[in-house]
Amino acid sequence: MKNIFKSRTGIIIAGSVIGIIAALLQYMGNPPNMGFCIACFERDIAGAIGLHRADVVQYVRPEIIGIMIGALLISMIKGEFRPRGGSSTVIRFFLGAFAMVGALVFLGCPWRAFIRLAGGDWNAVLGILGLIVGIGIGSFFIKKGYSLGRNYSQSKAVGFIMPAFMIVLFLMLVFGFSKLMLSEKGPGSMHASIIISIIAGLIVGGLAQRSRFCTMGSIRDIILVKDFHLISGVAAFTLAVFIMNLILGQFHPGFTLSVTDAAGVITSKPQAIAHSMHLWNFLGMVLAGLAFSLAGGCPGRQLILTGEGDTDSGIFVLGMIAGAAFSHNFAMASSGKGIGTFGAWGTIIGLVFCLIIAYTMTQKRKLS
Amino acid sequence: MDTIDTRGLSCPQPVIMVTNAVSDGKAAFEVLTDSECSLENITRLLESKKYKYEIIEKDEYKIIKAAK
Repeated sequence: MKNIFKSRTGIIIAGSVIGIIAALLQYMGNPPNMGFCIACFERDIAGAIGLHRADVVQYVRPEIIGIMIGALLISMIKGEFRPRGGSSTVIRFFLGAFAMVGALVFLGCPWRAFIRLAGGDWNAVLGILGLIVGIGIGSFFIKKGYSLGRNYSQSKAVGFIMPAFMIVLFLMLVFGFSKLMLSEKGPGSMHASIIISIIAGLIVGGLAQRSRFCTMGSIRDIILVKDFHLISGVAAFTLAVFIMNLILGQFHPGFTLSVTDAAGVITSKPQAIAHSMHLWNFLGMVLAGLAFSLAGGCPGRQLILTGEGDTDSGIFVLGMIAGAAFSHNFAMASSGKGIGTFGAWGTIIGLVFCLIIAYTMTQKRKLS
Repeated sequence: MDTIDTRGLSCPQPVIMVTNAVSDGKAAFEVLTDSECSLENITRLLESKKYKYEIIEKDEYKIIKAAK
């Protein structure tokens, strides 16, 4: 029963392997600095099923499916699969939706923020600073007694609903269901082969389930309880991506988004799928970090928990997918050109929503 | 003996509840948990605070009996 990944060594190994896989996925076809991006990939899924019509970001990402199914399988083997739910469900849906709005203003989930950093994209520094501030605000409320309340055991079948949804998506991709919308150009068209992506997802899902790998939790635990356990995994992850990027020639340091020649033709794009509006890189991730900390996990962790049978996390995942649709349909998502027309509005409304939730769900030390 | 019921609560709340008990100077208490992840986090905290503990398995949850 002893969990070897409980140890410091365990989380460092898990983080390193996830990092190596992330860099390899990019090498094998995934978009730049996007070996893994839980937010971007859920956004791509939202597009593939037609919830938004941004035709450059539509694909059923097998990595997302693999992560959830990998966590499901390993948690069943280890006796940790436990269907549960009923903790402030609708709040979690909107926390997921606004987390996605914030992540798409920055252009990445926390995993991708660290991958971008490891790829030399210094714009990510602003995002990571924002993430820390957002998690800091969330931690402040958690310390004051913020809680979304208890969850309760549910029947076994309930825990399989989200994994079944994922498997249906996967089958539609594998068998080429004609109604799926799949990008023919842009980031959505860039991907490793289905078999590689699904295996990568399964391995990462299994490792993350055993080690409890969580980017949000790594920062929160330092702020809240001075626990450096999870951050050692995230540091190993970032370092592994960095080293692999050096080996594979994927490291391009700088802020510069695109280089043009004398005629004004773009010759290279050192930092693709990124923008340099520093304030909004920062604020987008403040929003995402706050929403993740109020919901108890980064997007990757929410997928893992869903695989373990946590239907509240499942709702958060669905909220993120819906949030991606709102982001693109309402021009809130950023692009390489900068933030969307209504990106600032989305960020501010999201921050107000999260602060109201944080305040109203805080009861002074009622928990102790 | 004090009982801290963390069942159904997600991390970090269980850890914070136990941290509060530790900082209140409680020499002995028991913690109810139904999450393997919380169990790991709580026992890691207890180890760092030099508490001894034993784990009693129930059907749907576990009891961590902690004492200084």
